[in-house]
Amino acid sequence: MSAAETELVDDRRSSVARRTPALRVEGVHVDLGGRPVLTGASLSVESGELVGLIGPNGAGKTTLLRTALGLLRPASGRVEVEGRPARPGRVPVGYVPQRHEFAWDFPTSVAGTVMTGLTGRLGLFRRARVADWEAVADALERVRMSELAERPVGQLSGGQRQRVLVARALALRPTVLLLDEPFTGLDMPTQELLSGLFADLAHEGRAVLMTTHDILAALDGCDRIALLNRTVVAAGTPLQLADDLDVWMDAFGVGPDSALLRILKAA
Amino acid sequence: MNPIDFVTDLFNPDLAFLPKALAVAVMSSLVCGVVGCYVVLRGMAFIGDAVAHAVFPGLAVAFVVSGNLVLGGTVAGVLTAILVALFSQNRRLKEDSVIGVFFAASFALGIVVISQAPGYAGSLQQFLFGSIAGIPTSDLYVVGITGLVVLAVMFALHKEFVTISLDRESARALGVPVFWLDLVLYVLITLAVVISVQTIGNILVLALLITPAATARLLTDRLGVMMALAPVIGGLSALVGVYVSWSWDLPTGGTIVLTLTAVFLAAWFGSPHQGLLGRALERRRRVSPGIVEVSA
Repeated sequence: MSAAETELVDDRRSSVARRTPALRVEGVHVDLGGRPVLTGASLSVESGELVGLIGPNGAGKTTLLRTALGLLRPASGRVEVEGRPARPGRVPVGYVPQRHEFAWDFPTSVAGTVMTGLTGRLGLFRRARVADWEAVADALERVRMSELAERPVGQLSGGQRQRVLVARALALRPTVLLLDEPFTGLDMPTQELLSGLFADLAHEGRAVLMTTHDILAALDGCDRIALLNRTVVAAGTPLQLADDLDVWMDAFGVGPDSALLRILKAA
Repeated sequence: MNPIDFVTDLFNPDLAFLPKALAVAVMSSLVCGVVGCYVVLRGMAFIGDAVAHAVFPGLAVAFVVSGNLVLGGTVAGVLTAILVALFSQNRRLKEDSVIGVFFAASFALGIVVISQAPGYAGSLQQFLFGSIAGIPTSDLYVVGITGLVVLAVMFALHKEFVTISLDRESARALGVPVFWLDLVLYVLITLAVVISVQTIGNILVLALLITPAATARLLTDRLGVMMALAPVIGGLSALVGVYVSWSWDLPTGGTIVLTLTAVFLAAWFGSPHQGLLGRALERRRRVSPGIVEVSA
């Protein structure tokens, strides 16, 4: 794709979505334990698109998600969800953590787990009502887990577990969905199914941001890709980025003979 | 001694301490059973042990100044829990190290304090191993009311406790106050320990928290069932333990804990799905059709 074509695509995209992006990260600096993790990272995700966040280990991918959730306060810069500053529990952001963050040995059912996604909204001393159980049922239906609603979570496969975590995030009916490495440790067919689910969730009108180490899956399934290494090195459609090998070398700190670049050329 | 004699003794006015000890033991076992579910599920056994030890200096101070033991123990336990929660915010030290520092320190403080009381060896033994004698009637009410408060808070904050136990980071993202809920849970554990210490003793109280809940976990995959089963197991074991200890003149705390352990082992071998026996049966059920085919 030539530079002129690239510009054309960019123009079209920006003219479609001139309104406030669902998630906007602007010039964000984050220090963790006195060490700068993010230095001026900027990224926006529109409603209706699935954006893949790619970068080497320690690039700050999870930190960017946690900042977008309002769990970390940036030293400078702004994070806005639907035009409002990100703050835990205040804005409808669904968070899907890495699978190992969850206590799978806890004696609870699939539906019970999804219901915990509503704990913050329900507030102290309030019990779930019919409308809340309906939200849980809808979320399970959306990830095709309704059949397993009563199953103890400890008995689920990796792919099913990932679906449960997505359903828990969906119970709040969020407009922004953040997924932290949903593909890690899953086989290819499971990844493909999930990838399709995430694309559907986005195209239904949510803004979906997903970190991943699976570059091929990201190139194949995402509408846009952002390369992160302390800051957003480049962002664009898979077609735009797959051609620009320099930004990949820059983001991953690899030389021109890296296997990463051969894979990109092949893709 | 047969159970009827035991019942007769319970109503013997000369043995008024016996029904009181039984009531306190059963009530505290019920409360520990419920609270212990979280201790077991969240892998907080070490924290439970720490809180049990941390209660000691408070008991010692209350004993020396002839104050209320339950109050003294609660204050010391809660103080230690807060110290642990605060110091754990420092990411360089893991929580278990912080707990190790503070629970040994508070136990040491307790020993130093109680050594100031006259005839301290006897009272030390009573604190460490429990005793069914000398429970004042007022303690019945203190234990009963404290237990009810603990259970009420557990019930009221049930969905919050489940949420933070499943995944703390997501709970934070949902705006759930994880730190404060942790603190409340520590306080509840402390209260459960304090009301149990007198009958079962400081060292063995951990068993009252862990063993009934662990036994219930072996028998079910449902939290609700587990939280109902654990106090039943705890309460019945306390009843049997007090009976056995009274009949054969054995130490009460030790007898209750051994009863609990026996129930745990029975569940380990006999539970329908997780138990050795259950698994062996399932294997046979699965294998047997094949055997029939071969022989036919």
